[in-house]
Amino acid sequence: MEKNIRIGIGALAGLLLLRNLYVILFNLPDEMDQGPIYRIFFYHLPAYFTAMCCYLAALAASVLYLTKRDLRYDAVAMAATEVGLAFAAVNLITGMIWGRVIWGIWWAWDARLTWALICWLVYFGYLMLRQAIDDPSERAKNSAVLSIFSFVSVAITYKAIEWWRTQHPGPVLSFRTGKQLIDPGMERMLYANFLALLLLAIVMVTVRLHQETLQRQIDGLRRRAHAL
Amino acid sequence: MIFLQVALKDLRSELRTKESLNASLSFAVVILLLFSFAFDPSGEAVAEFSGGLLWLVFAFAGALILNRSFARELPNDCLEVLLASPVSGAQLFLGKSIASFVLLLGIELLCLPIFGIFYNLTWTPRFLPLLGIFVLGTWGLTILGTLFSALTVNLSLRELMLPMLLYPMLIPALMAAMRLTTILLSGNDIGGDDLVWLRLLVGFDVVFTTLALALVETILVR
Repeated sequence: MEKNIRIGIGALAGLLLLRNLYVILFNLPDEMDQGPIYRIFFYHLPAYFTAMCCYLAALAASVLYLTKRDLRYDAVAMAATEVGLAFAAVNLITGMIWGRVIWGIWWAWDARLTWALICWLVYFGYLMLRQAIDDPSERAKNSAVLSIFSFVSVAITYKAIEWWRTQHPGPVLSFRTGKQLIDPGMERMLYANFLALLLLAIVMVTVRLHQETLQRQIDGLRRRAHAL
Repeated sequence: MIFLQVALKDLRSELRTKESLNASLSFAVVILLLFSFAFDPSGEAVAEFSGGLLWLVFAFAGALILNRSFARELPNDCLEVLLASPVSGAQLFLGKSIASFVLLLGIELLCLPIFGIFYNLTWTPRFLPLLGIFVLGTWGLTILGTLFSALTVNLSLRELMLPMLLYPMLIPALMAAMRLTTILLSGNDIGGDDLVWLRLLVGFDVVFTTLALALVETILVR
């Protein structure tokens, strides 16, 4: 049943991504100043939002682990962080490609870019910490605390374009600015692709959770075999 | 005020052995020396990167002190005894943070004149505001570093893990401290737009001290 739901959501995500790709490539016009390269935003921005959602899920799961001490929440935090890191990497790489075309450089030491990188490194440190601890309860407890601390960098990354005057474009989406700064069709496509990537992220998290459950069962069997 | 007794115990223990103190101070001087090969230490531009240079030295030297903060208690199971004692986790953590803070601030104050001599910078006219920035920056460094020291104390790779976790998370405080120190060492006063960096530094200290005190009990409970 669970597998079927996963396949269903995965298929929906795949179809949505295909449909969005068609609209992005063939229906939407080039942007007036940037030309065709602006289309990378339809992946850059939704990947960032998806990563933020994953980090938020990891935070919630970490808080739940510390209150309920159930290792399933720890597994959710781990899976969400891993998937979040993958989407954050997509965000960084697509941003760099856009920067190379528009700014002429791959990387600018701008507040938003730097914070996105710091955020990535902080969560990578979280995964490194997990690898370094063998005891599952100790690992879950310490990484939950680290996940809570790490979320501060997510909040700073989100607000960086408001707190510092940055080379990175400022907020453009209407829910943040209160105004319609970009074409409504383009904004709708950003949300549509965010939905597709979010569904994809959900599938990836559940696959990773399934792997974690299997790993735990294998570890349990190993321990029993060792005891015999 | 048990935390003060914990701090005094740690300071006494460190001053007797001088293990991390000597290592940290000599490491700081070595880095100051090495930086002189990377940049022209007699150039006009030295004041512009003075804050960054100084705080990198403090951050590297600080990691050596912070690594020892909880690891000091590992021989003879002292940490287990401390945790079993009526001292609360928050008191233990605060005591250890204060001890590391005093040690690191001491090293910073020793490094400052050495830095002034090596790089031909005048720091005496603005010593008091500099001291204020050192206090705020060092508190941020030690509060986060002591927490991560508790987090990594039982790991075999703790010497590697601590800086790996600490430095990226410390960046807001380091950025602010670097910028403010540069302003002061360049002979200017902090004011106007620069106050945002001061607010960032104070905010960092408040947020992470609160978070650390709220969560340290969870880390220390076995």
